[in-house]
Amino acid sequence: MLEDLFSVVKVRFNGDKTEDDKKKTDIPKGLLFKCPRCRSVTFMEEFTKAGKVCPECNYHSRLPAKERLEITVDKGSFEEFDAQMISKNPIDFPGYNKKQLEMREKTGLKDAVLTGRAKIRGEDCIIIVMDSNFMMASMGSVVGEKITRAIEFATENRLPVVAFTASGGARMQEGIVALMQMAKTSGAVAKHNEAGLLYITVMTDPTTGGVTASFASLGDIIIAEPKVLIGFAGRRVIEGTIKQKLPDDFQSAEFMLENGFLDMIVERKSMRRVLSNLLKLHRLSGKEAAANE
Amino acid sequence: MNELTACQRLDLIRHKERPTVRDYIPLLFDHFYELHGDRLFGDDGAILGGIGYFKGIPVTVIAEVKGRNLEENKACNFAMPHPEGYRKALRLARQAEKFHRPVICFIDTPGAFCGIDAEQHGQGEAIAKNIMEFMMIKTPIISIILGEGGSGGALALGVCDELAMLENSIYSVISPRGFASILWKDPSREREACDIMKITAEDLVRLKVCDHIIAEAEGGAHNDAQLTAENISEYISQALERKLQKGLDELLNQRYNKFRTVGEFSEG
Repeated sequence: MLEDLFSVVKVRFNGDKTEDDKKKTDIPKGLLFKCPRCRSVTFMEEFTKAGKVCPECNYHSRLPAKERLEITVDKGSFEEFDAQMISKNPIDFPGYNKKQLEMREKTGLKDAVLTGRAKIRGEDCIIIVMDSNFMMASMGSVVGEKITRAIEFATENRLPVVAFTASGGARMQEGIVALMQMAKTSGAVAKHNEAGLLYITVMTDPTTGGVTASFASLGDIIIAEPKVLIGFAGRRVIEGTIKQKLPDDFQSAEFMLENGFLDMIVERKSMRRVLSNLLKLHRLSGKEAAANE
Repeated sequence: MNELTACQRLDLIRHKERPTVRDYIPLLFDHFYELHGDRLFGDDGAILGGIGYFKGIPVTVIAEVKGRNLEENKACNFAMPHPEGYRKALRLARQAEKFHRPVICFIDTPGAFCGIDAEQHGQGEAIAKNIMEFMMIKTPIISIILGEGGSGGALALGVCDELAMLENSIYSVISPRGFASILWKDPSREREACDIMKITAEDLVRLKVCDHIIAEAEGGAHNDAQLTAENISEYISQALERKLQKGLDELLNQRYNKFRTVGEFSEG
């Protein structure tokens, strides 16, 4: 199932390059943004000013977890959980320790997710933010454990959870242990759900594989950013199976909405407001709200 | 002690004479009735469900089905379920809960099906929902891997109170072929992948994912399906005895903790 989880992302971003395209990307890095969805080119400054959204097609590009937190939660409200947690090498996969060291150095992150408690326009919640810069936010022991602990904390303290998902899927280098994180995180969601608490997932680019097939798809309310990639199997695998090319919008947020797997698509600039409104709507039970009237 | 390498076991579980769940059902269960459909969209031939008696105990059986020939494989899509299959499984697990029947799952799939319709019908959502709901189903669940336990497609029937594996079966985060394709961009290095992925029953006992190894007939299950079925039957008897005597709270807590404790990390 998870075949080519990484290539699903890579193909969309590099795979269809023509010789012409390759020449174009020789422009110094950081000066221009080339949209992976519509392939239009924008000055980086303009793209950044637009909140890292393609001004041509409205593709909402990836954000580092720290930037996501900055634009989402109230200033100074984020208290991080388990900031020091790092993964071991459960199946003694050759090169995995070294790979992790390099990624930590490069990204300043310990692994692919930040979790903690925060407020969104005053609404108290547990927040989970994945970061695709760290091994394509694949889920191994640390991602699984941090997310599970955050949701368990929410259940114990009767708090809602907001999870920004992004992932290439299960982390291959941790083998079966990575697969089990799907059960672990989903188990925590099951208990949070049983306690009658709100869980909102926001699917961001790219949400695929084992993360789509576990906690990302289990929200009471599932939101996505426009034009992001959401799917289960890798595009190349599906194309290999059906022996034909898939349309460009296959596995997009819009495709998922049309097929009934999303509640809404929300633009980045409105996300904070929408989330806080949804949190507030669920904080007030019918009885209390009527009493306040 | 099984001395075969992961790669040699892969050959055994792909042996064309390897018994499938359809061979085992008549040897394990009495008065078995197959039940069809997810009540939402369709009936997936890759997942078989039904009810019957196991040594006099009413049980629900949910299984991934491999074909024994091309015709059967067409009907069961080479044991690669669509979302409809997982939703049928969930419907039958809930029915088992309602009637207080234990659930016996048989896992044997290279993985969930990858295709346009599978994506349109929410393959990810279907698997996620099964994983979450099986965690809370209030009746014992025993899962047994017969051959290939491929990825989320296997885990969708693998959230259970006890997981057992036939001695030559494998359980992996992705098929060895997919693994080679992702990490080395070369699916033909499948055999090499096999031997570093830690996917044998012994590996999985060490990694605390598998609870029990069921012996196969000498040289592999295909050499004596009857004997292998007897070993499976013996295991199910013991597992049910262990699980049926537990209170539901204890059962569900232990199920949660079985998965809760998997993961290797340090905290600086």
